[in-house]
Amino acid sequence: MKYTGAQLVVRLLEQQGITTVAGIPGGAALPLYDALAERGSIRHVLARHEQGAGFIAQGMARASGKAAVCIASSGPGATNLVTAIADAKLDSIPLVCITGQVPLSMIGTDAFQEVDTYGISIPVTKHNYLVRNVADLLQVIPEAFRLAESGRPGPVWIDIPKDVQMASIEIDALPEPGRPDTAPCVDMDELRRAAELINAAKTPVLYLGGGIVTAGASAQAVMLAEQAGLPTTMTLMALGTMQSDHPLSLGMLGMHGARFTNYILEESDLLIVLGARFDDRAIGKAEQFCPKAAIVHVDIDAAELGKIKRPHVGIHGDVSQVLDRLLPLIQVQLRKQWLSRVSDLRSRHPLLMPGLENPRSHYGLIDAVASALDPLQADDAIITTDVGQHQMWVAQAYPFSRPRQWLTSGGLGTMGFGMPAALGAAIAEPDRTVICFSGDGSFMMNIQELATMADENANVKIILMNNQSLGMVHQQQDMFYKRRLFAVDYQRRSDFVKIAQGFGIEACDLDTAENPRAMLADALNRRGPCLIHCSIDIEAKVLPIVPPGASNTEMIGG
Amino acid sequence: MNMRDSNINRKLNPEQSGKAVLELTVRNHPGVMSHVCGLFARRAFNVEGILCMPVGDGAQSRIWLLVREDERLPQMMSQAGKLEDVLSVARHGADHRVFEKLEEFFG
Ligand SMILES: Cc1ncc(C[n+]2csc(CCOP(=O)(O)OP(=O)(O)O)c2C)c(N)n1
Repeated sequence: MKYTGAQLVVRLLEQQGITTVAGIPGGAALPLYDALAERGSIRHVLARHEQGAGFIAQGMARASGKAAVCIASSGPGATNLVTAIADAKLDSIPLVCITGQVPLSMIGTDAFQEVDTYGISIPVTKHNYLVRNVADLLQVIPEAFRLAESGRPGPVWIDIPKDVQMASIEIDALPEPGRPDTAPCVDMDELRRAAELINAAKTPVLYLGGGIVTAGASAQAVMLAEQAGLPTTMTLMALGTMQSDHPLSLGMLGMHGARFTNYILEESDLLIVLGARFDDRAIGKAEQFCPKAAIVHVDIDAAELGKIKRPHVGIHGDVSQVLDRLLPLIQVQLRKQWLSRVSDLRSRHPLLMPGLENPRSHYGLIDAVASALDPLQADDAIITTDVGQHQMWVAQAYPFSRPRQWLTSGGLGTMGFGMPAALGAAIAEPDRTVICFSGDGSFMMNIQELATMADENANVKIILMNNQSLGMVHQQQDMFYKRRLFAVDYQRRSDFVKIAQGFGIEACDLDTAENPRAMLADALNRRGPCLIHCSIDIEAKVLPIVPPGASNTEMIGG
Repeated sequence: MNMRDSNINRKLNPEQSGKAVLELTVRNHPGVMSHVCGLFARRAFNVEGILCMPVGDGAQSRIWLLVREDERLPQMMSQAGKLEDVLSVARHGADHRVFEKLEEFFG
């Protein structure tokens, strides 16, 4: 068979099971776009900004667990992708990003729309390629998918010069698609030591990270918690891995965790850390985190073991396989004493959610959204957020019930993530309702993707929590910079309802609703895209809060 | 991500620490040096000397790095080992001859 490089890319994407890609064309990517058009097998979602395309692909990947693809042209197309790719790197999301590049002969000449995409992408990817020969595509494309999905997943960037896309190649058969590597063997000695520590501990806490979602290990993690009687906390990335109303769930730990959660951690004599990386927002001041606890740390990335905290038992492996082997070694324990101490701390230092009964206040709105969803669909719904106060309120208050229900930008904390990621999730999982909680600041960072959402008629509901400000920064200036509020409050009100309507998206305003709960229920349970606007008091705070540089027990408020 | 804040690295005292030589076997292609040097720069780990030459039929190269021996070194070695184009990472003492022999060119 004879193919051009571009045709080969399309065939190899098909082989990987790719049915939808997101992107924006341009000069250096035109052969690839022509091959997509000619073949007609892959749906292309035309974003309005490459960052939007990157986050749409992320939404697909986060909702499905499979590598997703975004495409851009050279130069500005490539640089516009960088933020979305860096975001995927920090949250270990499998992506394959393909960009066009100027022809090989022109590389290094400062050609039109030439940037050093290979160089730019090194620090934000798991791996990257500049393809110098059409035959290399046969190896590079499958390998990119293999790497993106193997071990600790991440984004892989393939830069393909235009002449490589146009060159032709004769081959007998397409190569096998790339598949994730098998996980490393689990060290049984370490595993037995872990089991001994867990069985002997008096005040253990289970600490789950995003790796549980990646590994599909939440059922086993919950089983471990139940079998060994382990109160369980989750990182921002792991919310949903244990149902939030589970009696052993302590919710999120760290900077905006509940007081009781951080206090319980402080008393633990053993931390069982599964697929988490001791992020500073989760653990506060590292030296003072869980001072009395021994640590069992399981991670698929060996470099995480000992990076921040030295574990007493470190196990390199796939957490799902590790748990399968660990569970038979774990004694059933009721742990009456520790669990009664836990419930004592919980009732003395609960998470306070002021205004919960008012659907037009921060916590109240989140609660009202969860209750307005048709109960049959509530567990199916996917929740995305942008970054800021609204994100933390949702993390604290939303009743998560399953992994991959919650998609948020954790490591990079990228404003502008929420809406395009919601669109991607809706494309990957068309039967689900996708709810995007956003703030007015974040929403305006990728507001152009409303047009893409209208094109796709995606089942996404945007809950716009409008405080007319960069609320999270406002809060920090208020609390830690003597309330010298600067460059945070927007001077003019934008009419988001009209803006949404201008993009062809239905919109409603809870501010003026006679019955806000009825308006919510109507908007959420009707199919199709919709924006729901609600003003939020700028003085509302995310509490408790661990001040920058403090230890987790030095919380303010809440 | 910030290794400097970690309790492990707090104990670091560069004045007292010696040197080490790292030997990396890598795939030989343009870009692999950027990957390796970028990793050390990004993680604020100083590289004092660097040597790179192709080996065998040229499909692989060997990179020698002269670095400070401190408590972050094992972490840097694991991070380097994660690079796809890095095939192996080995650690030698500062007395390794590779840099010694070069000294006459840097007089
Ligand atoms: C791209 C980007 N720029 C800047 C920041 C810093 N930042 C963090 S939260 C925040 C304010 C977010 O405001 P908004 O989206 O309105 O949400 P709110 O905090 O008001 O709920 C800012 C500017 C960021 N996280 N991402």
